[in-house]
Amino acid sequence: MASLELSIDGDVAVSPITRASRLGALFWGAIAWMIFVFVAAAFANLLPFSPTDMDMLERRAPASALHWLGTDGLGRDELARLIHGARISLTVGLCAPIIGITIGGALGMLAGYFRGRFESLVVGSMDVLLAFPPLILALAVTAYLGQSILNLTCILGVLGIPAFMRVARAATLTLARREFVIAAQALGATHARILLRELLPNVFLPLFAFFLLGVAVTIVVEGALSFLGLGVPPPVSSWGSMIGEARESLEMAPRLAFIPAITMFLTVLSFNLVGDTLRAFTDPRQGAL
Amino acid sequence: MMQDIQPIRSHDALLRVENLVVEYAVGGKTIHAVSDVSLQVARGETLGLVGESGCGKSTLGRAVLQLRQAVSGRVLFDGQDLTAMRGDTLRRMRQRVQLIFQDPIASLNPRRRIGDIIAEPLVISGVKDPTRRQQLVCEVLSAVGLDPSLVIGRLPHEFSGGQCQRICIARALVLNPEFIICDEPVSALDVSIRAQILNLLEDMKARYGLTLLFIAHDLAVVKAVSDRVAVMYLGRLCEVGPSEQLFARPAHPYTALLIEAIPVPDPDVRPAESVPVGEPPSPIAPPSGCRFRTRCPRADQRCSDEVPELRPVAPEQFVACHHPLIAAG
Amino acid sequence: MTEPALLSVEDVSVDLPTPRGNLRAVDRVDLTIGAGRTLGIVGESGCGKTMLSRAILQLLPKKARLSGRVMFDGQDLVRLAPERLRRLRGRSLAVVFQDPMTSLNPVLTIGTQLIETLQEHLELDGNSAKRRSAELLAAVGIPAPEQRLLQYPHQLSGGMRQRVAIAIALSCEPKLLIADEPTTALDVTIQAQILDLLAREQRRRHMAMILITHDLGVVAGRTDEVAVMYAGRVVERAPTPALFKKMRMPYTEALLAAIPKIDAAPHTPLPAISGRPPDPTRPIQGCSFSPRCRYAAGPCYREKPLLAAAESPDHQYACFHPIKAPAGVCA
Repeated sequence: MASLELSIDGDVAVSPITRASRLGALFWGAIAWMIFVFVAAAFANLLPFSPTDMDMLERRAPASALHWLGTDGLGRDELARLIHGARISLTVGLCAPIIGITIGGALGMLAGYFRGRFESLVVGSMDVLLAFPPLILALAVTAYLGQSILNLTCILGVLGIPAFMRVARAATLTLARREFVIAAQALGATHARILLRELLPNVFLPLFAFFLLGVAVTIVVEGALSFLGLGVPPPVSSWGSMIGEARESLEMAPRLAFIPAITMFLTVLSFNLVGDTLRAFTDPRQGAL
Repeated sequence: MMQDIQPIRSHDALLRVENLVVEYAVGGKTIHAVSDVSLQVARGETLGLVGESGCGKSTLGRAVLQLRQAVSGRVLFDGQDLTAMRGDTLRRMRQRVQLIFQDPIASLNPRRRIGDIIAEPLVISGVKDPTRRQQLVCEVLSAVGLDPSLVIGRLPHEFSGGQCQRICIARALVLNPEFIICDEPVSALDVSIRAQILNLLEDMKARYGLTLLFIAHDLAVVKAVSDRVAVMYLGRLCEVGPSEQLFARPAHPYTALLIEAIPVPDPDVRPAESVPVGEPPSPIAPPSGCRFRTRCPRADQRCSDEVPELRPVAPEQFVACHHPLIAAG
Repeated sequence: MTEPALLSVEDVSVDLPTPRGNLRAVDRVDLTIGAGRTLGIVGESGCGKTMLSRAILQLLPKKARLSGRVMFDGQDLVRLAPERLRRLRGRSLAVVFQDPMTSLNPVLTIGTQLIETLQEHLELDGNSAKRRSAELLAAVGIPAPEQRLLQYPHQLSGGMRQRVAIAIALSCEPKLLIADEPTTALDVTIQAQILDLLAREQRRRHMAMILITHDLGVVAGRTDEVAVMYAGRVVERAPTPALFKKMRMPYTEALLAAIPKIDAAPHTPLPAISGRPPDPTRPIQGCSFSPRCRYAAGPCYREKPLLAAAESPDHQYACFHPIKAPAGVCA
């Protein structure tokens, strides 16, 4: 007779909460910084100073009670510029990978699940896209369609699609062969149901971890493009363009370059840390001893 | 064309496989996984399908469920041709035939709760009322010996292999199917748990009135649960017959080889120095004629020229061999 | 045994720190094996047999803590300098693992892996190593050995790969071979061939062998002595015939009874052992098997029985209620 074998003393495996307590101070520091930057960017309009108000008498002024971080080469309040810059960097930094994860993730999952000619088509077109030198492509698009945040976000988003496709496809390939997917097919589940209810919950975490890394990379790329003057057009400024404009003032007020650089560094580092930790989190679970 | 090879009246056969051929391509080469296999499973019986790795038994199991496309042949379930069904008709038919796998932990979605996993077949088959679903889930979990309240909210990785297999059996039973294909259900489990699960399967078979196709490579396990046994080698059937009879007097040399090779837990039975019969050939280029001839001590020219057909050698025992161990009666 | 023991495991325990607490994988195990003898270690998953073999080889994970002594050929392996240990491994102490696909390097040819081992330990030059490799492959029953030297592991079948792994293990004429579930991943007909091969080579080389398995059938005809492990401890140890014919530990009896026998009629209910093996992070007070044992009574739940010999000195068991009557061997 089948016997009850589940022990009643609450034999519970490691719950997520226990694992979370192993995340170090570095992780929580990164989360704190990210929250801080987000909140600041969200409430940027409440600041007393506008990033565009120029005070020609106070150019390159050091930190003071009025201007907490001083002013830049054109007399604009550095802190206000920094916070508004956060807005831009975060907007582009988040929206572009969102394009990547939705389109790339979907394509990857479909390619990994259906295989065959569809997969070859998807992988082939991604390879073609990857073959384009990304910087030239970005330049070409901005030259043709004009510089704007929207265009920049779109082009960076599209350039990120192949990477997300790869991650999603790799995860789906391993999972689609496992018995629980075949079990779902044996139950008569439709493809859509299998993709959404069986595969997606498993593919999502590694994809999301990759997403955070993608945010970090996008912020840097946007920064680089703006530094070169090819990113967001003035008067809107991002951290990258702030660094670019600070080139002229390097001898007189090096902080104008360092402050946005350090802020960008800390933000990118935070996203990387959280992304890495999540990736380690999603690694294959404990096997038998 | 293989006719009725087993003396079961057609209307008693719940499952009929007719001349099934399954092949698939791997890197440009074709693997002949199942070559012209025909068998029948009567309502209420357990047919054991035994063979070593690469013999095609798992592929056969999946092909019966239409999870693998067959190149040719038919699969008749309760008189209806599964190979000709598509879409919704096939999906409805699937609810009557279920499958249990070898790796119980991999058979469960690691990110879904047990309650959801077992309720899934009910959702797919259209049971809309959540209370009714919950009730059915709890019933079937109790039937397999698990306490529903302790199990429903948990994730698969919190359970041992044996418990996961119970959960898989519960999932297979929740729709009250008629036929269950068990694909190596106990191979991945410890010895002491194996016995529990085999007992459970027998209990469930009696309680739910099931018909089973039990696929395994362990002869002793197959014999313990089967009424009749079919032996497969490299995509073809070698021998079919009632369990007791087949193991007591095997007619096919391969069956005899398998029986001899089983390690017996009795120190007095000194294992015979095995005749070096080499490795099984690859399913990509199986030998002509009888596929076992490269390892068979009785093989001759006829074996390589002519494919042996299943022929009766004893009451209800059929063998595909030109030189069977029992002379054809 | 008149010869001194080749390997003597003395009071060895292995502790592993885990997030759920300390895991006692091996609990005060004593074992000996003499030159040329075969010891079988039988147990289910989680009983600690693999950890024990790793402890003997000093290949434990970094976080593991080992206590006790492992005396091999007069030296305590636990305290041996890493350099000397490395020379010992592969040379006098060899191992064959369960899965030949992962124990062989997939990106090196068979020949390279064999020759590497030979050159490392026996310091042969290229040509002699190559000749010897081909001889070894022939000895383990691989046809066309010279061609095989140039092949990669994935080009061979599971049985062949295991033969190669055995060839590598035997290449330097070890004194002790540890085979950790060498045939579990193989088909039953290949299993018989591999076990025969191991037995043959062992006899030829007068080599000691430890055969670790979960299958009592495998040890029945092929070992001199068997040790049964449960929850990290050795619970019964005896010469093989005595273990099967006069077993004392209820666990051994239950394990044997739970195996489906080829002679039994179909549909006979199997006497299953209820419950499941204990969680090593939650040690049970008293005998580890007591929750599942049909004979368990008073002291079984309070104290852990010690491994001791009663009637004959080489048959040891750890039980307060040993089975008296000789149990049926095969139904």
